[in-house]
Amino acid sequence: MLIAESILLTIATAATPLLLAAIGELVVERSGVLNLGVEGMMVMGAVCGFGAAAMTGSPWIGMMAAILAGVLFSLLFGFLTLTIATNQVATGLSLTLLGLGLSSMIGEAFVGSPGVKLPTLANGIAEIPLVGQPVAGLFNWLAGIPLIGRVLFEQDPIFYISIALVIGVTCFLFHTRAGLVLRSVGDNHASAHALGTNVIGIRYLAVMFGGACAGLAGGHLSLVYTPQWVENMSAGRGWIALALVVFASWRPLRLLAGAYLFGAVSIGQLHAQALGLGIPSQLLSSLPYLATVLVLVLISRNRRLTMMNTPASLGQPFVPDR
Amino acid sequence: MKKLLLAFTAAALAASVSMPASAQEKTKACFVYIGSKTDGGYSQAHDLGRQQVDKELGDKVETVFVENVPEGPDAQRAIERLARSGCAIIFATSFGFMDQTVAAAAKFPDVKFEHGTGYKTAENLGVYNARFYEGRYIQGQIAAKMSKTGVAGYIASFPIPEVVMGINAFTLGAQSVNPDFKIKVVWANTWFDAAKEADAAKVLVDQGVDIITQHTDSTAPMQVAAERNIHAFGQASDMIKAGPETQLTAIVDTWGTYYVKRVKAVLDGTWKTDNTWDGMAEGILEMAPYTNMPDDVKTMAEDTEAKIKSGELKPFTGPVKKQDGSEWLKEGETADDATLAGMNFYVQGVDDKLPQ
Amino acid sequence: MRFELVKRPQHSKLFSALSPFIALVLTVICGALIFAALGKSPVDGLYYYFVEPLLEVWSLHELAIKAAPLILIAVGLSVCFLSNNWNIGAEGQFVAGAIAGSILPVMFPDFQNAFVLPLMLLMGIAGGAAYGAIPALLKTRFGTNEILTSLMLVYVAQNFLDWLTRGPWRDPAGNNFPLTRRFHADAVLPELFPSSGSAHWGIVFALVAAVAAWFMISRTIKGFEVRVLGESPRAGRFAGFSAKRMVFFAFLLSGGLAGLAGISEVAGAIGYLQPVISPGYGFTAIIVAFLGRLNPLGIVAAGLVLGLTYLGGEAAQISMGLSDKVARVFQGMLLFFVLGCDTLIHYRIRLVRDALTAKRS
Repeated sequence: MLIAESILLTIATAATPLLLAAIGELVVERSGVLNLGVEGMMVMGAVCGFGAAAMTGSPWIGMMAAILAGVLFSLLFGFLTLTIATNQVATGLSLTLLGLGLSSMIGEAFVGSPGVKLPTLANGIAEIPLVGQPVAGLFNWLAGIPLIGRVLFEQDPIFYISIALVIGVTCFLFHTRAGLVLRSVGDNHASAHALGTNVIGIRYLAVMFGGACAGLAGGHLSLVYTPQWVENMSAGRGWIALALVVFASWRPLRLLAGAYLFGAVSIGQLHAQALGLGIPSQLLSSLPYLATVLVLVLISRNRRLTMMNTPASLGQPFVPDR
Repeated sequence: MKKLLLAFTAAALAASVSMPASAQEKTKACFVYIGSKTDGGYSQAHDLGRQQVDKELGDKVETVFVENVPEGPDAQRAIERLARSGCAIIFATSFGFMDQTVAAAAKFPDVKFEHGTGYKTAENLGVYNARFYEGRYIQGQIAAKMSKTGVAGYIASFPIPEVVMGINAFTLGAQSVNPDFKIKVVWANTWFDAAKEADAAKVLVDQGVDIITQHTDSTAPMQVAAERNIHAFGQASDMIKAGPETQLTAIVDTWGTYYVKRVKAVLDGTWKTDNTWDGMAEGILEMAPYTNMPDDVKTMAEDTEAKIKSGELKPFTGPVKKQDGSEWLKEGETADDATLAGMNFYVQGVDDKLPQ
Repeated sequence: MRFELVKRPQHSKLFSALSPFIALVLTVICGALIFAALGKSPVDGLYYYFVEPLLEVWSLHELAIKAAPLILIAVGLSVCFLSNNWNIGAEGQFVAGAIAGSILPVMFPDFQNAFVLPLMLLMGIAGGAAYGAIPALLKTRFGTNEILTSLMLVYVAQNFLDWLTRGPWRDPAGNNFPLTRRFHADAVLPELFPSSGSAHWGIVFALVAAVAAWFMISRTIKGFEVRVLGESPRAGRFAGFSAKRMVFFAFLLSGGLAGLAGISEVAGAIGYLQPVISPGYGFTAIIVAFLGRLNPLGIVAAGLVLGLTYLGGEAAQISMGLSDKVARVFQGMLLFFVLGCDTLIHYRIRLVRDALTAKRS
């Protein structure tokens, strides 16, 4: 295996959970809701996914459980912020706190259990009768393409889902009526309401989508990235996802670039260390964050563009007047 | 709803009545953990020690623990609360609890304190640590025998003496077999972030190492090694489940032996302050079974283990040069404990610049 | 059937007073359920959680130590949030203040006299404020989103402290462990009543800051400016207030208070710098600020309640063997109930049976 190829794979694995959690949060924020509980939903997804997979032996059921856990947890947030209009920042932070506590409680039984790893897409397809084998064969053949082959064709299904979600969300937000409605809710909930849009209903759907994505990201951590359960295993990735959304100025394609850039910087600093360059590791660990601030400054210098993309109602509770 | 409430009141009453009945003449042995008792690493190893106390002395001793205690004022409060709640002996298991433990020991002269990995003692405050580097020396020897590329990867947590000591012992062990053996070090700057540890392992493999050892707590590097078909060493506990065909051996922390000994001493009234730095001979660490290696390597490892236990072999014995080529230990000279406990330099052969 | 919120014409005084108690009752009920489900006595559980830590004087001191940084930071954040500036990087400003304040005792240990401590506190405030000024500058100059920059700078500050304590500031006589030298006697924040417990001056700073901020917000022109610009920047502009200056004011104030909290924590409770000095005070303080409804006096109460849940969690672990995880879940639940019940202040809740009639009315 070429080193470059392997590095690309490592970066893709590191970027995928960030991308997943962030693309969900992007849709949530586009609908005008700021959910700071990504970390909590993610870690709940990780523990429930791992637990379900460990009990049933099936990583696929585990993934379903991870998504479900994320959705249920996001509904808690939805009920508080949307139905009874609590402050979104405080509620999101509390959600993270609760998620970290609850997941350690649930996970106590699973510490040290052997993990189940989700197979690669090709190996997963191969299990389908009749058509499975030939399709998998095609994948394996394509994986032989130098440099990009393995990155594109020898990955876990979640990688493909994450890319599909970026494309899907782009199409949805900017090329469908429903997407337009969602953005209008995020930009001005009062006028959207006046036009007869069900603001609360749409926000509920967005929040649930965000929960599903965060749960899936958690499942990726405990079933693909490192197939095991470790307390607090999201280790701040939910926060990075939040940062990425703003970094991308709420544009899905920029988010894709941002997640991979972040992944590349964090893997790159490890390579720099292994080469023995002798740079303080704390400085290297700070690099991704400094890079984010820097790029953010560069992007937001073009203020008109930034303003255009920022959901104007972000973080403001909406209660329909009547 | 009413029924439910009734049931609760009844349960509550029953429980509150039964409380004093279970009150004990038992001696209380207490533990403070920096992490969660199920963190799968450092704190869990100490908690297994606590459980051993429960098992062996359960008829006379009751154990109590406080987990997830941050260093600083929180530690001070947790220790004080334990001392006031009637603990006879308190084990503060993390280095970062040092000043708080020292303060509590001065404040509660009737309570015995034991501080893990520290160096400050008092009349009622002992310190204890394990010579994990003995195990790392053996690992180094195995690595040098098993590696084809002649380079091993070391995933390190933080540049404290404990970790630096481990890297050096590993290097010396490896060089005793192959003088040209090289070590690549990656500082993860974390004790437990499974994903980051996995990244570090992948990076090391990409850079050509074919043996991985770690001084972080999760089994993620072991899993990566298994995927990439190379070998690895476990840390803190036997990680064979994570890599049945990957793990060569593991350093297993067995604090329980020490805890039982010290709690017994409290029971007998023979407890005295002490500065304990036990090794494999005393059983405070063990090597997991030597697996996935040819018989001659296994024999060598067992041989070294026996020699370390008997005191015949001390890992830090001269001639040893520092990384910059200057002499550290002369022929036949062994390092003293004070130097080891404050180690902040690499020996020759480590391919890294020690973070200062 | 579903809920519907109806906005009250004005804040309900009744529910302003009642809502914390409703939240407490709900938490007690749910807590009892959890304890019972775990096979522990609910009565004991609630007793150890909420009552036992308040019974002894030393424990009250500990409560003050725990609550002081939370209150100090949250008071500053309340001004920030009221003026619609979203500083969520107080954790970084806390660390920056601790570092700046520690320069004297760590780098100039021979400089020992009565001026050291006041200088340290001032430098701590300056350090926190300067670190808070970065997101403010980026926001006003480039329009960069302050939520993100302030959050990112937290990690940078933490890494910087880590590097300092392991590298240049490491105690030369400390066996190479990652700690700075211990602060000399002149550099330690004194205890208030050494005979009864270890609470130090940090809690006094917190209370003074809370009262001062309350006065500023509710009784001065500046406070009016904060609220006007927070609620409607446009109206603020018409009134001749500068939004840019307000950004700096809010960030410097909250950063300065977080910095003061940082140096107080280090000089008072810890006594030296170590790689990690805060178990997330800067983030928890955000919750405290909202629990206190962004009112500095409410924040004092909220800080004490949240501090109590930490102490109670430990007491329950020691006395009942209740896992720390249960304590944290319990804490999360309490926060949700308090947040949820505060809704009652602004809204009436109505049960609607038929969606159609609701829409028409």
